[in-house]
Amino acid sequence: MLALDNISKTYKVGTFGGGRLVAVRDVSLEIEPGEVVSLIGESGSGKSTIGRMILRLSPATAGTIRFDGVDISGLKGRRVKEYYRSVQGVFQDPFSSYNPIFKADRVLSLIRDTYFSGMRRAEWNDKVADSLEAVGLNPGDCLSKYPHQLSGGQLQRMLLARALLLDIRILVADEVISMLDASTRVDVLNLLGELKERGLGILFITHDLSLGNYISERAVILRHGSIVEMGATEKVFGNPLHPYTKMLIASVPHLHKKWDQVEREVGAPDALEHVVREERTGEPAAGDDAAPPLKQVDDDHFVALG
Amino acid sequence: METAEPQAEVVAGTVVAPAPSAAPKRRRSETLYFAFRNRKLLLGLSVVFFMLLVALVGPMLTDRDPFEFYDQLGQPPSKDHWLGTTAPGQDVFAQFVYGLRASFIVGAVAGCVAAAIGMAVGFAGGYRGGVVDEILSMLTNVVLVIPTIAVLIVVSAYLSVGSLFSEALLIGLTSWPWAARAIRAQTFSLASRDFVSLARLSGQSGWKIVVKEIAPNMSSYLFLTFILLFGSSVLIAATLDFLGLGPPEVMSLGQMLNVAVSNSALQLSMWWWFIAPGVGITAIVAGLYVMNVGLDEVFNPRLRQT
Amino acid sequence: MNPVTLNVDNLRVYYRTLRGDVKAVDGVTFQVADGEIMGLAGESGCGKSTLGKSLIRLDGRMRHVDGRVDLDDEALPIDDMKAMDKYRFKKVSIVPQYAMSALNPTRKVGKMIEELLESRGVRFENVRPELERRLSLVGLSLDVLGMYPIELSGGMKQRTVMVLSTLLNPALLIADEITSALDVSTQKAVAETLVEFRDRDYVKSTIVITHDLAILYQIADSILVMYAGRLAEKAPADVIIESPRHPYTRLLISSLPEVGVRYEEKRLTGIPGRPPPLLNPPSGCRFRHRCPLAFEKCVEQPPFVEVEPNHRVACWATAPP
Repeated sequence: MLALDNISKTYKVGTFGGGRLVAVRDVSLEIEPGEVVSLIGESGSGKSTIGRMILRLSPATAGTIRFDGVDISGLKGRRVKEYYRSVQGVFQDPFSSYNPIFKADRVLSLIRDTYFSGMRRAEWNDKVADSLEAVGLNPGDCLSKYPHQLSGGQLQRMLLARALLLDIRILVADEVISMLDASTRVDVLNLLGELKERGLGILFITHDLSLGNYISERAVILRHGSIVEMGATEKVFGNPLHPYTKMLIASVPHLHKKWDQVEREVGAPDALEHVVREERTGEPAAGDDAAPPLKQVDDDHFVALG
Repeated sequence: METAEPQAEVVAGTVVAPAPSAAPKRRRSETLYFAFRNRKLLLGLSVVFFMLLVALVGPMLTDRDPFEFYDQLGQPPSKDHWLGTTAPGQDVFAQFVYGLRASFIVGAVAGCVAAAIGMAVGFAGGYRGGVVDEILSMLTNVVLVIPTIAVLIVVSAYLSVGSLFSEALLIGLTSWPWAARAIRAQTFSLASRDFVSLARLSGQSGWKIVVKEIAPNMSSYLFLTFILLFGSSVLIAATLDFLGLGPPEVMSLGQMLNVAVSNSALQLSMWWWFIAPGVGITAIVAGLYVMNVGLDEVFNPRLRQT
Repeated sequence: MNPVTLNVDNLRVYYRTLRGDVKAVDGVTFQVADGEIMGLAGESGCGKSTLGKSLIRLDGRMRHVDGRVDLDDEALPIDDMKAMDKYRFKKVSIVPQYAMSALNPTRKVGKMIEELLESRGVRFENVRPELERRLSLVGLSLDVLGMYPIELSGGMKQRTVMVLSTLLNPALLIADEITSALDVSTQKAVAETLVEFRDRDYVKSTIVITHDLAILYQIADSILVMYAGRLAEKAPADVIIESPRHPYTRLLISSLPEVGVRYEEKRLTGIPGRPPPLLNPPSGCRFRHRCPLAFEKCVEQPPFVEVEPNHRVACWATAPP
């Protein structure tokens, strides 16, 4: 349904734009209906950039993104609006996603202005109420309120309700629960699970492996802009092959296993050594344009070794 | 995890609990509450307001004409001429009140012109970024660096400014740069907020986003900018008039000072002649600046000294 | 019974606002033993950051209302900002939240450290060898001293701040959300550094404030769970995670996703509702409106009682006195 084909994003940096920063390097992946694909990476991995490219907020420097076979970079005018009817996004910071001087439900009325301007008020109100209930919100509690009067969890849910007003088929969820409290996080996560079961395809961008492991069918591990490992979630997490994936899994604090036990199971290097090494060498040199290619090691399990 | 600062998260808990409909009213009245308590704002506002009153009402109180010559030459204040007369025999009070009126008109018109250009340039550069921003920034910097007074002197000398409006226009066309820079900086930071991305995902286009999402968020800032432009325009106009480059047919405070100085009013101790316009200009400009500082404190809670 | 470094007795710290007092820390009693790393866990708004900051009195907006704090059997003047000066940095030290973002961008790191030490009356040259040794210990090259903060990564800045805060071997270190803004590999390095500091006696006791229970399970000896300004449960880390008693702790832990747990196999649930506002908190147990075990007695505040050695709980239902 959504296919990224050798996508790259390069920024010009430095005085007079002389230097180059490669944020995303030759990334290819697909999202099918009814599945959650986790895009897992640390800061600087390029995961948010990929999300923004899919949402057409930032153009790709190379490669193509196709939705239902159509290259999205060529869309203009009305076609862009149609694209957004099918593809939407929700971002990390709920309080930054709302314009603080307006009421929270303005995000919903903006959708009405663009896509449902002919609809009668009563019909629109019903549609809004349905959407809100679908995400577990009580319309009476959250309409006509200002963003600061609602909690982070409610705001994120309302953004999901907004996306559901349109008939979206792909949702880009960029760290949508990392700023929520632990006790509300899992409820919003479960909501994404329900949406997936209804046929939505979700790109779940996160730095937290436990979340990715919980909710997704397929996982993509991103490092410095390129994919190091990807495939079915059980395979990537159950049998990690790339040293970086192993290091990530070994560094995540588990709740019932101590770190040394996980390190032994996974066979990963020491975290401090890894961090110090990264700091000393920095990012791969700018001239290093080609990422090592992904090799298939198993049914639905690819690793970039080489 | 909510990354709001402790005092915000704790206080946010207090705002959520009470009656929800009180919030928008409370925010507005909170601003007014602080507005009425801010000494600088009240002081500045009263001074400016008083001067405005004099400018509006003054000409109706006197039947003297500012340009007409009367019998009494160079006389101190009396019941015939409330602020005395000039050396050639004109009524100082009449000159003063008409001059005040001229100052306010120039300030308002020039302020509006500068604000309009500053907003157009600032919003365009700050929102679009890229090449557009680089070109506009270069333009802003060039106009900023030009010594305005020198240019105005040269232009006024050659074009012989005929009316108040052309003077105001000239001043407006040269004093917009710093406003453009300030607005650009604010726009930059607002444009990176997620609600702008979300507006784009709702199918809204560039200028609409600037006008409906970004500008309202900066409304207090734009207001402050306008007041500062007003004040600086009054000052620049007075300078030009003092140098004899203002419209000669219109009575202005700067012109009064010009004539007073060339008639050696200071040496001849005709204090009533130059003190009135001097106080007039100082009061308006200083009043506006003090008002501005006060308003800044009102709008920006961190500056409040409670 | 181990010697105790920190003794907190019925501490109450409020914030004064236009609309009244926000009761951020409302009657908190606990102890931290010598050499103990105690985790202070809770969600946002529970008061854990306020509690941490009140022990060193770094924030002028908070008001000490009641209670006392003893460090190594000496009463700390936590209601007096100036009197705390001689304890700060030497006896009790803090790595504040967002510390790594608060480094002066116009100062080289070495110069900043020098100025900070001099302002505390410590000659930079005297501690320099030790400073360099500790920087190497945490994997930082000495070049760091000659760099500006913007040249350092988040992890490097955090480790620098940690070395700086513990340079004078304080008896108590308060680490406020030091792993929150870091990548997972750096988080582990920083957390392990904290344990290393304790093992090498650079600090005697540590309070680690975080919302992340999993990190505490890895490095803390005991965990203190806070809810809405009050203590819910305190126990050794293993006990809190494996066999918690307080309903809040139980619900919280069961809502945490873990590697190995999947949506299709085991559906996790959160806690419905929200914490009460601390401006006018409800009477009695503050969790009762969201608690599945709430009954009539809960309108009265439950005492923080010991249910087994080193395990205290404040709950009528699961820990009757």
